[in-house]
Amino acid sequence: MAISRRKFLGGIGAALGGAAASLGTAYGASNKHFKGHPNSFGVLHDITRCIGCRKCEEACNTVNDLPKPETSFEDLSVLDSKRRTDADIYTVVNRFNTPEPVFAKKQCNHCLEPACASACFVKAFTKTKSGAVTYNEKVCVGCRYCMVACPFEIPAYEYHKALTPSVTKCTMCFPRIIEGKLPGCVEICPKEALIFGERDKLIKAAWQRIYKFPDKYTAHVYGEHEMGGTSWLYISGDEFSKVGMREDLGIKSAPELTSGALAAVPIVVGLWPVFLTGAYAISKRKEKIAQQEKDQAVAETLANAQEEAAKKLEDLREKLNQEKASAINFEVKKALEEAAKKAEEEKQAQEAQEEEEPDQADDADGEDPSKEDE
Amino acid sequence: MATENTQPADSKFTPFNIVTGIILVIGGILTILRFTQGIGAVTNLDNNNPWGIWIGFDLLCGVALAAGGYVTSAACYIFGFKRYHSAVRPAILTAFLGYALVVFALHYDVGRPWRLPYPIFYSQGTSSLLFEVGLCVFLYLTVLFVEFTPAAFEWLGLKKIREVVVKLTMILTIFGVILSTLHQSSLGALFMIAPSKLHPLWYSGYLHVYFFVSSMFAGMSMVIFEGTLAHRWLSHKMDDTHHHEAPGVAFGFAKAASLIMMGYLCIKIIGIAMDNNWHYLATGWGAWFLVELIGFVAFPAILYAMGSREQNMLMVRWAAVWTVLGIVLNRLNISIVAFNYHLPSADRYIPSIMEIGTSVFIVTVGIVVYRFITTRMPILYEHPDYKTH
Ligand code: SF4
Ligand code: SF4
Ligand code: SF4
Repeated sequence: MAISRRKFLGGIGAALGGAAASLGTAYGASNKHFKGHPNSFGVLHDITRCIGCRKCEEACNTVNDLPKPETSFEDLSVLDSKRRTDADIYTVVNRFNTPEPVFAKKQCNHCLEPACASACFVKAFTKTKSGAVTYNEKVCVGCRYCMVACPFEIPAYEYHKALTPSVTKCTMCFPRIIEGKLPGCVEICPKEALIFGERDKLIKAAWQRIYKFPDKYTAHVYGEHEMGGTSWLYISGDEFSKVGMREDLGIKSAPELTSGALAAVPIVVGLWPVFLTGAYAISKRKEKIAQQEKDQAVAETLANAQEEAAKKLEDLREKLNQEKASAINFEVKKALEEAAKKAEEEKQAQEAQEEEEPDQADDADGEDPSKEDE
Repeated sequence: MATENTQPADSKFTPFNIVTGIILVIGGILTILRFTQGIGAVTNLDNNNPWGIWIGFDLLCGVALAAGGYVTSAACYIFGFKRYHSAVRPAILTAFLGYALVVFALHYDVGRPWRLPYPIFYSQGTSSLLFEVGLCVFLYLTVLFVEFTPAAFEWLGLKKIREVVVKLTMILTIFGVILSTLHQSSLGALFMIAPSKLHPLWYSGYLHVYFFVSSMFAGMSMVIFEGTLAHRWLSHKMDDTHHHEAPGVAFGFAKAASLIMMGYLCIKIIGIAMDNNWHYLATGWGAWFLVELIGFVAFPAILYAMGSREQNMLMVRWAAVWTVLGIVLNRLNISIVAFNYHLPSADRYIPSIMEIGTSVFIVTVGIVVYRFITTRMPILYEHPDYKTH
């Protein structure tokens, strides 16, 4: 596959720049309800009229050049089991016993806002102005997300092709309707159980039938609102859930279902960087503050240490001085004491000498105080 | 293509190498089958079940479990938990390998793999959530690759160019977180388009939030789990910093994961209340839902909390394994078990043995490449010449 340079670059631009912007603004995420292209076509299937002849299946097989099945289209025993669309079967008719046998045809419903188109990441599906939802096999990657998305379980995949598998589904005979022809199945239907026309008019016609024969029909045009509306419409005598059609799909279209998640994209892209840079700045600032605090603490300890060291030195000096002083004092004291002792000894020696004339001394000592008292 | 790796690092007939070799040979055969006979020949996929385990396991679980990359680098570089630094490289490597494997696996699953660049370069389906996933995974893989290159440059001794890349760390991390937020959540949002097919207990308008929040604890648990394995088998490749920081990383993540899991539990319950789905809890589906939520979220969350409080590494490791299993269970429930719950059992999908074989093969390729890289490049240790960063 050759990709021109311009397309390539444009592609990157669109992919990168557009990722945020366009995801948010894609029609899928807009909150306007898409009512379908004006004058687009559709098909009305009146289930009450279908006789299960499988002629439409055969016509579909022919106009789409599909491989012929093993059992012929005449064989009505295939109706005994429920079938769904398959890689080379774009439409099937199923029989439902309600309890009378009722037949309902199944094919792509050509939704107004197709889930398959909304899901496809290469835009392989297009809702054309004609009403048909077409598929472009040339871009399909084969991720099969369209099959996950389709609420009617329609698209099928060519699982057994090794190299060129494609998604397949009813095309509403797009190639024929742009030529002005009727879809193959509509054209062949012998009972006019299928009517091709403008969708708006088909809805009116459908309701007219319901009003006209209220006993024959349930008052519900299937596809008018289901999943946002479909181009293929149905009316039936029985409840639709009894003829194999889900009534619990709701009226929300596929884009509405995903718009919330898509809208989150610009918010994340816009807010996350701000928040993360903020968180980064805070953590950086915390780190810085921590660093500053650490520095300060180191400086303080250092200063404290110096002070302390100085103080210690001083203390030491003082202590030394004190010690010195006390040592001197001690020596002095010792010397004094010694001197005193010496003096005492000398004194005693003297006294001993003087003991020979004690009376004299005693008299002298005892006389004086008595004299004072008197 | 697969047999290139049959001779792992040591090229000896150890049991590990023999088993690996056998798996790789089988993988090679399956690869040939897949690309000559088509997807239908090897898988049980059909029109009702277009996505099987190659999406449910390889893509959804692969991406969720590779979330460790953005979680760890954000914790370390943005939120400034520097003690996670030694965990960043292994986490980035696993994330890179994880995403590379996811893309590799997608080549088996999509019908025309050579067109995988189309959504980005050729025909952009911007309304699709899958487009968002594709674009973000592509960009994030590039970011992870660049984030990983410093290790390779150190190995090769290319100092200058390494410096350049290292300077970009901050930008790359922020970019990585944004991209991860987007695609982790979008993977969940993929299923929001099909409310009629996914069981109401699992379907929610908040699927994208659930996926994003659960990716966080998935990533953390994976980092712990991998750490356990690496310690067991690659301990000799780790340096002291790694050995020293590893328990701190595990306990830090354990605590964070337990908190986030509790939050996740809350928003899951709010989701049920919003859609008023209480009555489903009484059904069989409800029981299964509770097994997932209580057995595989609440229980490991409590284990984590206890493990981190008591500094019990064994408990934390068990919680991590349990959480990883819970994530796998959740992703498989959403993509396979509870998907198409409305179909009769005959129409339900059960993977074929060949599909499982292919997934095993892909995981094995990842392990072989991881071993190849960690035994050579400075992942689990810091290169002596580049200690400072
Ligand atoms: S019925 Fe399905 S395949 Fe057909 S347009 Fe709608 S979503 Fe697409
Ligand atoms: S399978 Fe093809 S058509 Fe369908 S979503 Fe994927 S790329 Fe689009
Ligand atoms: S409209 Fe055409 S393609 Fe569709 S079912 Fe009818 S014949 Fe087949």
